[in-house]
Amino acid sequence: MATFEFLLQGLWVAAQPMNLLYALIGVTLGTAVGVLPGIGPALTVALLLPVTYQLDPAGSLIMFAGIYYGGMYGGSTTSILLNTPGESASIVTALEGNKMARAGRGGPALATAAIGSFVAGLIATLGLAFIAPYIVKLALVFGPREYFALMVLAFVTVSSAFGDSTLRGLTALFVGLALSVVGIDQLTGQARLSFGVPELLDGIEVTTLAVAMFAIGETLFIAAQGEKGPDKVEAVRGSIWMSKLDWARSWKPWLRGTFIGFPIGAMPAGGAEIGTFLSYAAEKRLAKHPEEFGHGAIEGVAGPEAANNASAAGTLVPLLTLGLPTTATAAIMLAGFQQYGLQPGPLLFATNPQLVWGLIASLLIANFMLLVLNLPLIGLWVKLLTIPKPWLYAGILMFATLGTIGANPSVYELGMLLAFGLLGYAMRVFGYPIAPVVVGLILGPLAEQQLRRALAISQGDVSVLFTSPIAAVLLVIAAAALIIPLILRARGRGEVLAQLAANED
Amino acid sequence: MTKGLNPSTTTRRPDRAALFIAAVLAAIAGLIFWDVSRLSGAAGYSQVGPTTVPYAIACCLAGLAVWTVFAAFRNDFPEREHQEISPVIWIVAGLAAQMLLLNVAGFSIATGILFALTARGFGKRKLWFSLPVGIALCFAVWVIFAKLLQLSLPAGPLEHLFF
Repeated sequence: MATFEFLLQGLWVAAQPMNLLYALIGVTLGTAVGVLPGIGPALTVALLLPVTYQLDPAGSLIMFAGIYYGGMYGGSTTSILLNTPGESASIVTALEGNKMARAGRGGPALATAAIGSFVAGLIATLGLAFIAPYIVKLALVFGPREYFALMVLAFVTVSSAFGDSTLRGLTALFVGLALSVVGIDQLTGQARLSFGVPELLDGIEVTTLAVAMFAIGETLFIAAQGEKGPDKVEAVRGSIWMSKLDWARSWKPWLRGTFIGFPIGAMPAGGAEIGTFLSYAAEKRLAKHPEEFGHGAIEGVAGPEAANNASAAGTLVPLLTLGLPTTATAAIMLAGFQQYGLQPGPLLFATNPQLVWGLIASLLIANFMLLVLNLPLIGLWVKLLTIPKPWLYAGILMFATLGTIGANPSVYELGMLLAFGLLGYAMRVFGYPIAPVVVGLILGPLAEQQLRRALAISQGDVSVLFTSPIAAVLLVIAAAALIIPLILRARGRGEVLAQLAANED
Repeated sequence: MTKGLNPSTTTRRPDRAALFIAAVLAAIAGLIFWDVSRLSGAAGYSQVGPTTVPYAIACCLAGLAVWTVFAAFRNDFPEREHQEISPVIWIVAGLAAQMLLLNVAGFSIATGILFALTARGFGKRKLWFSLPVGIALCFAVWVIFAKLLQLSLPAGPLEHLFF
């Protein structure tokens, strides 16, 4: 029962009045920013990172937990009321949720999304708390070569397993990896790819890259689409409460969505979208009234929304226990940890248990706060949706640059922001995914370190990478994840994978 | 990928933009090779040093460049939507102006200009209105973040007027 004790201790840390306040601020800010159209959780976390700079590590990570969950919830509000999902994981929610809103049932749609998110968040966070110690134990037997194999697997799943093109996914990944080499080599102290520019010696900031690619790239892309007529915000008409029938139709999809979403998020295999699609398909098959799907079936909101939140909590399992980010959001959270010199992984559980368990406990608290906060404040969130585009994007760019200036007020850093923003824009135009660049940049140095350690131990013998059974299995899975989609696409079955594109989670 | 097998599309011209991307990828690969080749081979007896991984990345990028060339000839890239250039220029001008003015004019004025030019890119033409609004808003943000949250945001004449 050690887990239970740790969790109680964590709850005690998280329940300190100041930490509760941080969680509340995080949840509110996260929801407010997440609600804005075009902003997914990854960008929400990246934009709000500077707000946490001045806090102590515990407080800032607790605020972070709130921002993360709040951003997830805000995204679903946008997709129900606006039909322009701010994140790929909310696409499915938009399918049924927006239809419900048009039919005047926006209230129950938002309610089932909120309560489903709560149920899923609760179960999945508890799942995280109970599974994490076992994975930490497992991770302790991992040597450099197993870690390297694990990271190769993460690289493959993030970049090429899903999405519409292996080529473009891998290209995005290797652009990120190339950027990750810039700066002083961690093991020998030699400067690489810095071309004598002192600012490049520190390498490229993950947050600068993420904010530039997601915020500035997206803004430029939206601006370049020109006038397309305003998106219509569905007003919330009628009661926001769910009827007895709604409850009866929702609770099973919540649970099913949770149990579909959590394992998918917890595996080092990419984003939350896959879980939402699977959950939607499952609900459609199991529903008593399958003909309602496509016309606003409440099961189609309840299930995917629960799956979405459950896999969001699930991605924290590899992030906290192995230090392995599998989504762009997780990559930015890893950057958040690193700004305090904390490296998530099995060691963090040993050296800083209070912090880790405080974080896990505050996820639970943030989850409760979201439930209490969201239904009454729905009117406010709807108002945020109606901000006209020019002011909205002007504000987004203001905050995007604010974060960079706050971290490093130099002309040089803003130049990087602009350059990567243009890169992000160009990549969007040509259909390249963005997330692999961010994951490549942050995981690149870690993977290199493990590879070189493994090869140093073996005195340069490459075969050592394949001879450990765990590493061999992981590499075989990685190879399969690379090759099978290639074959599927070559045979013209790529549409399924394109739908599962892990674009902006 | 099936497009290449379809005889009706093989007559199309190669995708110029994709060829350009391939050239850029190849150039990055070359840049890595050139830079890393100057590093002393501190590989030690394990033959693994600071140059190993960059070389591997450069090789993969070169391979991806070749693959992109093939994709360009088979027109594998998705159809691109029409892009309006002038909004992009307005926003990039805003970011550039902010970058250059930041340390001279301070956070509020520089970011206010970014704000107004971004709004201009999205169709708000009244700069005489959006510029003051932007500067006022950025000043409020500066007060909150620089004074309350103690973030180091550069101050300029406007900020010095009040603090």
